[in-house]
Amino acid sequence: MAGKEPCPLIVVRPSRCIVDEKFLVLVQNLPPGLAVTVHALIHSEDDDFWEAFGHYISDDRGCVNVAKDASIGGSYDGVEPMGLLWSMKPIPGSRPGLRLRKKEVHTPLVVNISVYQGHMNERFKDTRALACAVAERWYMAPGVQRVGITTNGLKGTLFLPPGAGPFPGLLDLWGGGGGLVEYRSALLASHGYVSLALDYMTPKTSGNGTQHVGNDYFEAAFRLLQEHPQVCGDRIAMLGLSFGTSVALGMAVYSPVIKPKCLVSVSGSHVMPVNGSLSDVFAEIKKNAHNTRHDEENRIIWRDLLLPIPDDPSKKVDVGRIQCPVLLLVGEDDQNWPASESAEDMRQMMEKAGNSHLLTIASYPGTGHLIEPPYSPHIRASNFMVAQARTKVIVLWGGQTVPHSKAQEDAWQKTLVFLEDHLYGTKHRCPRPQN
Amino acid sequence: MIFRSYCILAQKTARVLVSGRHQLPTCIWLSLRRSASSMAVCPVLSVQPTRALVDEKFQIVVRNLHPKQEVTVHSLHHSEDKDYWEAFGHYTSDENGTVTVMEDASRGGTYTGTEPMGLLWSLRPIPGSRHGLRMRKRNVLSPMVVNISVYKGHMNQGFSEEAALATVVTERWYLAPGVQRVDIREQGVKGTLFIPPGPGPFPAVLDMWGGGGGLVEYRAALLASHGFVALALEYLTPNKKRTLDIETRYFETAYHILQSLPQVSSDRVAVLGLSFGASVTLTLAAYSKTAKPRCCVCISGSHVHPVNKTLFEIFQLMNQSLAKSRIDENNHVIWRDVILPIPTEPDLKVDVGKIKCPLLVVIAQDDQNWATVESTEDMEQIMERSGNRHLLTVLSYPDAGHLIEPPYTPHIRFSNFITHFNGEKVIMLWGGQTKPHADAQEDAWEKILLFLQKHLYQDIPPEAKL
Repeated sequence: MAGKEPCPLIVVRPSRCIVDEKFLVLVQNLPPGLAVTVHALIHSEDDDFWEAFGHYISDDRGCVNVAKDASIGGSYDGVEPMGLLWSMKPIPGSRPGLRLRKKEVHTPLVVNISVYQGHMNERFKDTRALACAVAERWYMAPGVQRVGITTNGLKGTLFLPPGAGPFPGLLDLWGGGGGLVEYRSALLASHGYVSLALDYMTPKTSGNGTQHVGNDYFEAAFRLLQEHPQVCGDRIAMLGLSFGTSVALGMAVYSPVIKPKCLVSVSGSHVMPVNGSLSDVFAEIKKNAHNTRHDEENRIIWRDLLLPIPDDPSKKVDVGRIQCPVLLLVGEDDQNWPASESAEDMRQMMEKAGNSHLLTIASYPGTGHLIEPPYSPHIRASNFMVAQARTKVIVLWGGQTVPHSKAQEDAWQKTLVFLEDHLYGTKHRCPRPQN
Repeated sequence: MIFRSYCILAQKTARVLVSGRHQLPTCIWLSLRRSASSMAVCPVLSVQPTRALVDEKFQIVVRNLHPKQEVTVHSLHHSEDKDYWEAFGHYTSDENGTVTVMEDASRGGTYTGTEPMGLLWSLRPIPGSRHGLRMRKRNVLSPMVVNISVYKGHMNQGFSEEAALATVVTERWYLAPGVQRVDIREQGVKGTLFIPPGPGPFPAVLDMWGGGGGLVEYRAALLASHGFVALALEYLTPNKKRTLDIETRYFETAYHILQSLPQVSSDRVAVLGLSFGASVTLTLAAYSKTAKPRCCVCISGSHVHPVNKTLFEIFQLMNQSLAKSRIDENNHVIWRDVILPIPTEPDLKVDVGKIKCPLLVVIAQDDQNWATVESTEDMEQIMERSGNRHLLTVLSYPDAGHLIEPPYTPHIRFSNFITHFNGEKVIMLWGGQTKPHADAQEDAWEKILLFLQKHLYQDIPPEAKL
């Protein structure tokens, strides 16, 4: 095919990276002063399409540099090197209530990045791009091993960093959505931690009905890490999000077996029956079900189920007895869980008990409940399956896209520094390299 | 030295599902397992990015060492030929217990000084390996896997018997995501096509290697990862009978196949050749009536090349000249004198005065295989006389050798070679000293890409001054 037009070139560097790494997107060989749209597209495992785009004008050399130039429209604006990822939303016409979560961590998220002529807002599928590039974003670094865990009645997946170790360990607990969610553990292993993603919400069937796991389940998981030949038995952290925080805090204070070296709580609360099992916790929450509210779009707001923060000490974990450093990551627009109020109450309890020097709180305005790894698209509301009732609802998580995305980046950085300080003993001596 | 290795046994609890691409090697580098109980300090090793194209740099940082601690940063690669290659540098951490390979100087090992990529370009076969090895990736759909480790103290050997303080696995790719690989077997032409992602059309490059023969894909894959449709062409096969047929028409057909692809801008096609492939490139550029490349790149090549002859006839003539080859003190074969002195007869060298497109010539001053320096001087004179000297750019690298490969490829001063002329197996001296050769590879590649982008992507008419 003959052509006299110079072909534009779009370059993504690095073209393969870990999901928490930044990339550079550069468009070259455009005519100077040309209005273009840089567009990113993901075809999810659930067969949905997610997209983001920015409006740019090429400079006098015919280049657009997403890391340095300002987007003047689209799904993000301003100078946003990673806006093409964190501002992604399902394309128009998609099923409602979607959430982008990678199930298969052996394969990367594949992002198609294209440049179109003009400032477009829709119909990208029907328009021919000027140029394309493909970027891969991985949860697993090369050499990380994935091991299925089915012994001792446990259900989980263990991720091991490359090398002989031994390494610090981490017990990774997601929230009430349940299931076996692996991607954060894969990512943590890519940072040097033996990380166990644990499925604990799937009710056990015990012949006469469904039943939740007991506290011994979590103790068995902790012991598995402790006894693993590649884990430093006295350097194991717990990381919990949402409901997983309640579990982590409860275990850390009351379990004779579980002694974490440090604890990270994301969007969590300490409000739960003291030394209660999971079943007790759910029973208590159900009592407050009348506190459920709905927003103007009929999406469920569950934050009041734990409010007001009780004064009764039997209804909340006695964090005054915690003996390890705790990092609380809290979204101030969390519509699902009263994380801010809980954090404040925890701080007061710990001050009274004299162990507040162990506590660090990072509180993020405009940020919702789902504080995910960096550059994950912000989800303000999504479908949610209530495990027990087997009903599907739309839950409001909260947050506004820009502040929530910035929070995810900062929260992850804080998490990694916190884990490294306490598990690797880096003691703030030297900053982590950032790309 | 016997290479010892041990297997790590998966312990009682788990059923091991190994990450798809990285099968646990049956033997891995470890003997001693340190106690799993508390250690005072665990070093933290990071390599960014862990997956990269082969021409991209990485940043290696070791943190959380003791201050002023001596360590060795080590790289290990298990090649497709099942050989082990290693490189290492000796470092001392700063007062924060940090080693930053990009900024700190290595004081010993296979490279010294501040060398961000020394762990790749100074890779060499481990002690006890077979002789005359060369590292070349055959399967470009998988990455080159390099283990980066940090060891206590300044070590020079015995890495397989020591437990590393930390290890990271990195992947180095010739192929960017989205690049397609297509076998080409048409009109008698054998090659592999690489197509970048996107609607195109793209500029294209016909990519040719040298007298070693075979179908070598990695450079074409890398060019496609930079936005060019690239055709890696095989024109010398082990099957001698095939060589009888190969003459200029074969290369013109390959060029035409490339040019006619719907993904290719037909007026933006370049030809790139190394060694013998460079001579073919010059022949096409000077004489072909149908192949009119927009620009050409000749790496470690010469215009001294019989004109109007089939490959078979050329090899016969070369065979006669081999009487001028020498052997050095290590029994390595030196071919650089074979084309010297530069002939004056016109039918023995390509008339580069006829070339009408920009030409980039990349040569090494310690090339022991082919007299490229003398050839280039002669080419300059011919082009000066013909009035097309302004089309020529010469990159000449002191102390570099014949095999100017993509950046960070380990330097090979000599290697096993089967001569196509007579099927003899020799050890060929290529030349070059490791550090200057590595610098040359890095600089040359950057300039080759800029040259191709300038002439193929930007709208500059070919006759314009470079």
